[in-house]
Amino acid sequence: MLKNTRWANLLIQLAAVLMALLLTTLIMLAADAPPLEAYANIIKGSFGSLDRISKVLLSWIPLLLTTAGLLITFSTGLWNIGVEGQIVLGAIATTWVLRLFQDSAIAPGWIIFLSILAGMIGGAIWASLAGALKTFGGVNEIFGGLGLNFVATALTLWLIFGPWKRPGVGSMSGTQPFPEELWLPQIPDYDLSYWALGLAIASIVAVYFLLQGTYFGLRLKAVGKNFRAAHLLGIPTWQHMMAAFFLCGIFAGAAGAMQVTAVYHRLIPSISSGYGYLGLLVAMLVNYQAIWAAPVALFYAALNIGSIQLPIVLKMDSSLSGVLQGMLVLFVLMVEGIRQRYLRRT
Amino acid sequence: MTTDTLIIGLAGVLASAAPVLFAVLGETISERAGVINLSMNGTILLAAMGGFAVSVSTGSLFWGFITGMIIGGLVALVLAFSSITLKQSQVAVGFVLTMVCRDLSYFLGNPYMGLTGPRLSSWSIPVLKDIPIFGALLFRQDYLTYISYLGIIIVWVWIYKTRPGLILQGIGERPASAFVRGANVNRLRYIYTVLGGALIGLAGVTYSLSVKYGWKGTISGLDGIGWIALSITIFGGWDPIRAAFGCYLFSLLQWLGLVLQPALPNIPSQVLQVAPFPLMILTLLFVNIGNAEWVERTLAAIPEPSRKAISRLLRALRASPPAALGVPFESE
Repeated sequence: MLKNTRWANLLIQLAAVLMALLLTTLIMLAADAPPLEAYANIIKGSFGSLDRISKVLLSWIPLLLTTAGLLITFSTGLWNIGVEGQIVLGAIATTWVLRLFQDSAIAPGWIIFLSILAGMIGGAIWASLAGALKTFGGVNEIFGGLGLNFVATALTLWLIFGPWKRPGVGSMSGTQPFPEELWLPQIPDYDLSYWALGLAIASIVAVYFLLQGTYFGLRLKAVGKNFRAAHLLGIPTWQHMMAAFFLCGIFAGAAGAMQVTAVYHRLIPSISSGYGYLGLLVAMLVNYQAIWAAPVALFYAALNIGSIQLPIVLKMDSSLSGVLQGMLVLFVLMVEGIRQRYLRRT
Repeated sequence: MTTDTLIIGLAGVLASAAPVLFAVLGETISERAGVINLSMNGTILLAAMGGFAVSVSTGSLFWGFITGMIIGGLVALVLAFSSITLKQSQVAVGFVLTMVCRDLSYFLGNPYMGLTGPRLSSWSIPVLKDIPIFGALLFRQDYLTYISYLGIIIVWVWIYKTRPGLILQGIGERPASAFVRGANVNRLRYIYTVLGGALIGLAGVTYSLSVKYGWKGTISGLDGIGWIALSITIFGGWDPIRAAFGCYLFSLLQWLGLVLQPALPNIPSQVLQVAPFPLMILTLLFVNIGNAEWVERTLAAIPEPSRKAISRLLRALRASPPAALGVPFESE
C-alpha cells in the first residue's frame, strides 16, 4: 500500500484534514456550541443559493490573486508576510486614480483600467520596499514586511480621516463611495464581476506557467532551494529576489484594486480583509504548488463567507472559520513531518 | 505639564512596558536556544483571554496568571514538537499557530466579553517608595512591574554569568559543539522554547488582568503587540538589557503619541498609535545594515578617518542572530 506513494500521500493528507475537523469539533463541544449545526450553517451560508455562491466567488478573487503572488515569493524562498500591506497599497493607489479622474471627461472604462494598473504598481512598489530592505539593508523580509503592514494601515487611516474624508466628517465606514459607472461591471442582480473573476483565474494560470514552464521560473526556484549554489552557478540572486517581490506585489496590488473596484467601491480601514495572511495559509496548505491553489482558495473563501451566518443564527463567533483554516494547515504540516520521520521508505 | 504629572506618566510607561518585556525576554531565550517563536502575536491573545476567563470564573488572580503561562507553554510545546521533532519550518508552524490562536481566542472568548473579575492592584514598596522622584517612578507599581525589573536581571545573569547560560548560548550558536560537550541540544531547546512560551503567555495575561484590563474580543487592542515584541527582540540583539531598552523606548513612544495628540489635531489618533512602526523599521535597518555585504565594499572606498568612525558606529549598532537560529539539529 505504502509503495503506491501517490495514494499513500493522499490518504495521509486526508487524515490531516479529518484530524483538523475533529479538533475543531472538540473545541466547539468544549465551548458548548453545536458542531453539526455550525457546519451545516457554514455550508448553507456559502453554497446555499446563487447569491451566496456569487459572494463566495467574490471573496475568492482577491484571495486567489494574493495566493498567486505568494507562490512566486515562496518559490524564491521568501516569506513575504508584507503581502497584507501590498494589498492595502494597491487599494490606495486604485482609489487615488479613481478620485483623480472621476470628474474628468475620460471614459469610465479607461479610468477603471488605469486605476487597476495603478493598484498593481502600488502593490509592486510596496513589495519592492520590503525587497530592498531585505537585499540591501539585511532586514529579514518578515520583520520589514510586518512593519510596512502597520505603516500601510496607518496610511489608510490617515487618508480616510484626513485628505480623503467624506464631506462633513471622516468615519470608520471609509471614503465616499464611487458612482456606479466607476464600478467594475457586475452580473445583473449579483455583486460578482466577470472581469474580476477573469483576472483572478488568468493570474493563477499565468503563475502556474511562469513557475512550471519558464527558465525564469526555474531560476527563481533555484534561488529559493539553495541560495549559495544558485549564486555560484551564476544566477544573479539579489536581482531574482527583487523580481519575485516585485511580481508578488503586482498580484497583491491587483487584489487591492479588486477590493476597491469590485467589492467595496471605496477605501475602508480594513480594505485588505486579512486576505494577505489567509493567502499565506493557502499557499502553505497547497505546499506551494500552483495547481491546487484555485480549489483550496475557493474552499477557504467559502469558509469565510459561510461563517458570516454563525453569529446571527447560532450566536457563535465567526472566527470559527479562522480556527478551522489554521488547524488544517497545522495538521497538514505536522502530518507531513510525521510521514518524513516515521514512514520514510519503510 | 507639571513634574508630578510627568512622573506619573513615566511611571505608566514603565508599567505598560512590563508585558512587552515579558514577551521579549521569552522570545529572547527561545531564539537564543535556536527556536524562533513566531506564534507570539496569537499566543499573547489566547493567554490574555484564557487567563482572564479563568480569573473571572474562579475569582482568583493567581490561577489566572498560571493559566496564561500554561497556555503560552503549551503553544510553544506544539511549536517545539513540530519544529524540533518533526523538523517542519519554525516560521511556517509559528505563523500558523499565530493565526489559529488569535481566532481561537476570539471564538472561545466570546462569552467573557466585557465581564469583570479580580484585578491586579498596585503595591508600593515600603521605604523605597519614599525616595524622591525614583520612588514615585519605580516603586509604586504592581507586582508584575517589579517582576519585570527582576526578569531583565535574571535573564541577563542566566545567559552571561552561569554555566547553563553558557550552554544556552552554545546550543543557539554552535549546537554541534555543544552536543559534543555533552549538552542534549534538542531537549534543552524544548525546555527553553516552552519556558519562553510561558513568559509570552505571562505577557498576555498581564495585559488582560492589569495593563489593558478585561477581554473585549477584536477590540481588545492586543492584536499586533506580538509582532512589535518580535521586532524589539531583534532590535535588542538577543541581549536582555538592550531588549529592555527597546521595550521602554517603544512604551515611551506610544505614551508620547497620546500626550502629543492634542497638539496635533489634524492627525487621527490611530496614526499616532502606529508611529513606532516606521521607527522600528528604521532601527531594524540600522541594526542590520552592518550585516549587508555591499556596506563593506562601500566602506572600503571611503577615506581612512571617516571610515573608521562609520564602521565603529555600525559595529556598535549591529546585532547578529544566533548562528543556528531556525536550523534543526541532528545528532548523527
